[in-house]
Amino acid sequence: MIQFLIKGILRDKSRSLLPIIVVSLGVFLTVFMSGWMKGVFGDMIDMNANYTMGHVKVMTRAYADNEAQIPNDLALLDVSELISRLEADYSNMEWVRRIQFGGLLDVPDANGETRAQGPAAGRAIDLLTPGSKEAERLNIPKSIVEGRLPEQQGEVLISNEFAERFAVNIGDDISVMGSTMYGSMVVPTFKVCGTINFGMAMLDRGAIIMDITDAEQAFDMIDAAGEVLGYFKSNIYDDELALAVRDSFNLKYSDESDEFAPVMVRLRDEPSLKQYLNMADNMSAMMVMIFVIAMSIVLWNTGLLGGLRRYTEYGVRLALGEEKGHIFRTIIYEAIIIGSIGSVVGSALGIATSYYLQENGIDFSSMMENVTMMMPTVYRAKVSPELFYIGFIPGLLAMTMGNALAGYAIYKRKTAQLFKELEV
Amino acid sequence: MTRIITLLLIVSLSIVGKAQTADEIIKKIDDNMSADTRIVESSMTIHGRRNSRTITSVSYTMGTEKSFTEYLSPAREKGTKMLKLDDRLWTYYPANDRIVQISGHMLRQSLMGSDLSYEDMMDDRKLCDVYAPVIESTETIDGHKVFVLKLTAKVDNAAYYSRKLWVDETYFLPVKEELYAKSGQLLKRTVLSDFKQIKGRWYPMKFNFKDVLKQGDGTDWEIISIKFNEEIPDYLFTKAALKQ
Repeated sequence: MIQFLIKGILRDKSRSLLPIIVVSLGVFLTVFMSGWMKGVFGDMIDMNANYTMGHVKVMTRAYADNEAQIPNDLALLDVSELISRLEADYSNMEWVRRIQFGGLLDVPDANGETRAQGPAAGRAIDLLTPGSKEAERLNIPKSIVEGRLPEQQGEVLISNEFAERFAVNIGDDISVMGSTMYGSMVVPTFKVCGTINFGMAMLDRGAIIMDITDAEQAFDMIDAAGEVLGYFKSNIYDDELALAVRDSFNLKYSDESDEFAPVMVRLRDEPSLKQYLNMADNMSAMMVMIFVIAMSIVLWNTGLLGGLRRYTEYGVRLALGEEKGHIFRTIIYEAIIIGSIGSVVGSALGIATSYYLQENGIDFSSMMENVTMMMPTVYRAKVSPELFYIGFIPGLLAMTMGNALAGYAIYKRKTAQLFKELEV
Repeated sequence: MTRIITLLLIVSLSIVGKAQTADEIIKKIDDNMSADTRIVESSMTIHGRRNSRTITSVSYTMGTEKSFTEYLSPAREKGTKMLKLDDRLWTYYPANDRIVQISGHMLRQSLMGSDLSYEDMMDDRKLCDVYAPVIESTETIDGHKVFVLKLTAKVDNAAYYSRKLWVDETYFLPVKEELYAKSGQLLKRTVLSDFKQIKGRWYPMKFNFKDVLKQGDGTDWEIISIKFNEEIPDYLFTKAALKQ
């Protein structure tokens, strides 16, 4: 029977062409939108994870309470020992130290006196340990405008905007007016080895990036760190696993009565990201639901039109003694076949478009010059395994539902009136 | 009618008399606290949330415009120098031989992690030049009668819009002080103690500063030695002296 139905679909284009186009379009939009939203949210989440949050983050309780102020006086101590324990307990994760600091960037003149000053937003990461992934994680190699990555202690990267504004060249000295973790004011001097532009106002404003060992010495933070960030070795954020790691760590190490005890938070615990993650999780389901409802209505209408067009055919089949249920089932089988063809075509188009945007992306940087949130400037779609099947749900469901609703009219036809109807 | 006018006159005079007394009180405080020159060796103990640390320094002050401070200990701070000329402040860091000018909002930052800001350290002006005083009430603290004075800034560049002083009637020195923002928010609290008479003036030898917006137990500032009206060479108040 299936072969018979397929022949009918292929030979009678008017029976199949419009539904296939409608299903393909709907499936294409579902697949593409799902891939696009996943890519956009994924990029935002990855960016926050890479730059500030990690997949999980360890701080002292007191630091966590005032995190926005970067209170390095409340930083974690004995970090090497802490990281050793973390590595032993959670071997599926990579642990890195980070120090953030604020203050002023001070450009000296030939006499060592202040020539120019501007606000500093510094980050100290592991740049010098061989095999460290930190530079790539923060996309530093691709963000370098001039110069190179620090290759030895005492070298720093500064914001290209700051360098241009205050005429700072590669090889010049630059000081950071900041304070040690004990509150003393310090003005360590570094050599500029490169300038960077992340393309995000929030990261570029007064940015200075140095190796973690330089920050340790400059800010009197030997074996201390504001934050220890944990990344899954797979590089993919797994919320359930992060939750398990967080809970077991806090149960083992976090003493609520000690404000300097370490406490772990996961990426989803960050309030604004929590919202994004929830949205990302629900986006595919929302897309499918919207298209199932919208396409069902469209395909119901198409089915009704087809039903009207094939009114005589159904009448003859009923008159020949074919059961109403059998005719209804053939309509459903036809719908499944047409839905499958439409889903395959729509999924192929959706995946192809998503793949193109995954590789090329769309650059929104000109529209985001003054955005202060941590958001990527180039948005990309993401082709995930989910895209290969997600389109079949609305494609098959909407087509089948639409035809089932339209085919229901068969049961309302009375055999006694068939010949009268067929004479017309 | 004559009686009413006489009564109003007496009330008015008594109010004027009280205002003059408030002015007199802060003048007496200024006489105690200010000098042509002052050389102070002091220790500052900063009680942080995690630990306490002590910094010693020697300061040379000339009038209200010039001041030079050299930090003596601990090792990390040793050799750090600060020069204040009028409203400008330079800091010298021996570790990298840099002279850095501190200006703008950085002046409101904490001095060496203490509860004092650079602005607090710089503001040596006499109270009578900056604030208009009013006596609010009198109280008794530790058996001593104290005047409670409310001082409101009469110049635009005052570090604090208003201050409340509890002034000991015997020494004409504040035993307690509260510093407020224009919004009325309490910003800092100071307790002064251990009053000693030096060359005919009373001077507090111990201060406890508390930035109420900061956690921790405040900063104790203790005077080890103090000399008034000694000669200070002019070259000390030059940027060249910072690197010497």
